[in-house]
Amino acid sequence: MRRALRFVPLALLLAFVGFVAWRLANPADTAIRSRLEGKPVPAFTLPPAVPGRAALSSADLATGQPRLLNIFASWCVPCIAEAPVLGDLKRRGVAIDGIAIRDKPEDVAAFLARNGDPYQRIGADMQSSVQMALGSAGVPESFVIDGRGIIRYQHVGPIMPQDVSTVLAELEKAK
Amino acid sequence: MIAELGLAALWLAAMLALLQLLLALGIGGRPSAAGARPLALVQAALTLLAFAALIVLFLRTDLSVTLVAANSHSAKPWLYKFAGAWGNHEGSMLLWVTVLALSGALLALFERRVAEKMLVASLGAQAALGLGFYAFLLLASNPFARLDPAPAEGRGLNPLLQDPGLAFHPPTLYLGYVGLSVAFSLAVGAMLTRQVDAPLARAMRPWVLGSWIFLTLGITAGSYWAYYELGWGGWWFWDPVENASLMPWLAATALLHSVNVLAARGGLRSWTMMLAVVAFSMSMVGTFLVRSGILTSVHAFAVDPQRGTFILVLLALYVGAALALFAARAATIREGAPFDPVSREGALVVNNLLLSVILGIVFVGTLYPIVAEALSGEKLSVGPPYFNAVAGPLALLLAALLVVGPLLRWRRDKRPLAKWVLPSVLTAATVLVITFVFVPGMGILSRLGLAFGIALVPASIVPLLGRSLRRTPLATWGMVIAHLGVGVALIGMASESAFTREKLAVAQPGDKLSVGPWLVELAGIAPVAGPNWTAIEAHLRASRGSGAETLRPQARVFTSPLTETSEAAIHTAWNGQLYAVIGKQRDDGWQLRLWWKPFVTLIWLGGMLIALGGLVALVGRLWRERRRGREAEE
Amino acid sequence: MKLLAALSLLIAAPALADSSLPPAQWADRQLPDARQEAEAKALMEQLRCLVCQGQSIADSDAELAGDMRHLVRSRIAAGERPGEVRRWLVERYGNWVSYQPPVEPVTWPLWLAPLVLLGLGAWLARARLKRRRQR
Repeated sequence: MRRALRFVPLALLLAFVGFVAWRLANPADTAIRSRLEGKPVPAFTLPPAVPGRAALSSADLATGQPRLLNIFASWCVPCIAEAPVLGDLKRRGVAIDGIAIRDKPEDVAAFLARNGDPYQRIGADMQSSVQMALGSAGVPESFVIDGRGIIRYQHVGPIMPQDVSTVLAELEKAK
Repeated sequence: MIAELGLAALWLAAMLALLQLLLALGIGGRPSAAGARPLALVQAALTLLAFAALIVLFLRTDLSVTLVAANSHSAKPWLYKFAGAWGNHEGSMLLWVTVLALSGALLALFERRVAEKMLVASLGAQAALGLGFYAFLLLASNPFARLDPAPAEGRGLNPLLQDPGLAFHPPTLYLGYVGLSVAFSLAVGAMLTRQVDAPLARAMRPWVLGSWIFLTLGITAGSYWAYYELGWGGWWFWDPVENASLMPWLAATALLHSVNVLAARGGLRSWTMMLAVVAFSMSMVGTFLVRSGILTSVHAFAVDPQRGTFILVLLALYVGAALALFAARAATIREGAPFDPVSREGALVVNNLLLSVILGIVFVGTLYPIVAEALSGEKLSVGPPYFNAVAGPLALLLAALLVVGPLLRWRRDKRPLAKWVLPSVLTAATVLVITFVFVPGMGILSRLGLAFGIALVPASIVPLLGRSLRRTPLATWGMVIAHLGVGVALIGMASESAFTREKLAVAQPGDKLSVGPWLVELAGIAPVAGPNWTAIEAHLRASRGSGAETLRPQARVFTSPLTETSEAAIHTAWNGQLYAVIGKQRDDGWQLRLWWKPFVTLIWLGGMLIALGGLVALVGRLWRERRRGREAEE
Repeated sequence: MKLLAALSLLIAAPALADSSLPPAQWADRQLPDARQEAEAKALMEQLRCLVCQGQSIADSDAELAGDMRHLVRSRIAAGERPGEVRRWLVERYGNWVSYQPPVEPVTWPLWLAPLVLLGLGAWLARARLKRRRQR
């Protein structure tokens, strides 16, 4: 037993090197994902992000049909890149609601005017409280929510053209 | 021209390293110190030349060199141009091989105690280490690559990097990490030639001491830099990059104590060899972890998994070979003189055990998140709550051991030590009682830390009692100072943790805030400007009792590149620091953060004392060796 | 190594800009009740900033960290226990958001490691010390 002990450090080294080499070759996903997939949307009520537009509450997300909930902000640079893709999704018949994080009404209005407005409802989340309640860790993020208000899928980061098919598939699955 | 010169010097140095290795292996000539020495010396001169070339390129801001164009700027102050040479991946790797080659040369020049065969084997090991890193530099991280066409201006004027602490922190740490390579090479040479004995330990000891001093200084300086720069008053975060520097230090501390036993008594041979290998391995693991991108850290280098892989391969080769050698030779390493459990050797065995366990805990805790994620798919975080809860008590155990360990005699100590230990124990008990009465809400770790830290003050001095102070060896003085430093640092840590007072507020000019014993008035807010920045500066007047201090924290905006920084204002009093930060403006005033941190400076003062103790011990040992050498000649 | 704090601060300066709204009410103010503030602070030091490279929300300048501080302080002021606030966040973000690892099967090795290491070390040390005495 004592004799075998002297090989332990070498064995530990090999285990360390093996594991680390594997991890380098297969890097982990760095996104912090929400743990609420499969759980109901937490109850919330938000004031309208733009005066005159419809506000958003959790009840509005359980309409019997799957919806896309998009977390965005006017100060968020990748959201500008995402806007045309959202427009495309809207044209394909996807119902999209938005939550604007830490935004002034005039800035949201300007953003929508400049980049297009795919949203049916937009809620104003001034202190990121609903964002945190959803388990979202940044902007932009999107959630596929089914007809009964259950969160089915989270997309972290902007939805890019190559992600559209995945999002549509998830919306289909949520029916 | 200079870049090509530097590159050529580097290639030549690599070739010499190859020759040095071949010579050690007996290829191309009989292995002899006389043959190896000039190779090591010229190799060092060449790498020094290459490093000097890089420095010149940076000082001149030669933008035709890619590295300079990416990391420097013609408007930088010369000091930061100079330090910018090593403030990037390629330059820091060049610094690494330079120190490696210089250490090898010093070893070749001055080491006369060990057998020639062993010296040559060690120089061969050192050359082998160098070869891997030369290959890394020349093949994957060329510092002298040219950029054509040369840009009009460099990209590197980041103001955050233009700080004296930041400029000199890397070389200090590198001297530590790479200095440990000599201990590694000596261990490998000793195991190869089966000369694991006291002369080896005496040869290794100055290298371990020297590296350890630099590591202590580097970690202490890094902690203070983070404290005043990050703007929230924290001095240690158990961040992966911090842990990467702590692990070699823990191993080096254990090695330092172990090599003393081997030098004095011929004991702990296997442990010393293992620790010598582990210490440099930790340097390499640390280098790998921070450059590969495998761990997230606020201190992480610009990440490149490819470079990480290269370092991993080197790590696997070097450490694997050394550990295989250890396994092969372990059975044949002769045991040293026997000793009782209650003896200095026994105490040092426990000391090394505790240090190694703490090292293991830091290692496991740092890597656990990625292991757990690989196994379970779930992310988790391991941070201060874990490390403090687990390593803290062990560190306290070590502190308690310090009260009695240094007093024990070699081999066997059956004397009653109560009267020597009593003052320290009574001190600790008194502090405990006082804190229970006056500060009942104190955390247990802080309470014990304060008690043990204060008790270490008399405990460190006790070994000097009853001796003629003038004839006490410098090495003993070094031990006293270093252990005193441990106590002082503990007091600082416990005090900061338990007695810090914080005040966060939104204030208007004219408002007064109280934090601890201080009354701080926001006298005014004014814009100020510097050479390449504008700032909002708060004028704070702080007073406690009589007199008033002025603090001027700033929130700076640099113009190119556009960066916001916060410059904390710190007032250092005899019993602590008042730390002030000004934040953003809101509708109702300015965000102000104030801390009163009693005795926080003791943390870094303790660190410096520890390093000073090491220096005194090193000087003492080297002086004694020279005197012995001269006496032997007479 | 710390030199690269700077470099990474530069990189970590998010591709996203900051919003133009001021920080939330309790992001940078202390609760009036000292005991509640101490509880809140102790919790904030253990919660991880979601958009930073390895900082607690107590140490971060990021806006979302400020909003998280606001959440922690308001809930504790409203009477919630720190453990409940932590649990709420872990429900949403997983154990990653807490710097204190949980005691669950996935972390048993982590919590057992110190004991195992101590045990192993003590066994090695005793073996060394006992051999001595037998000689």
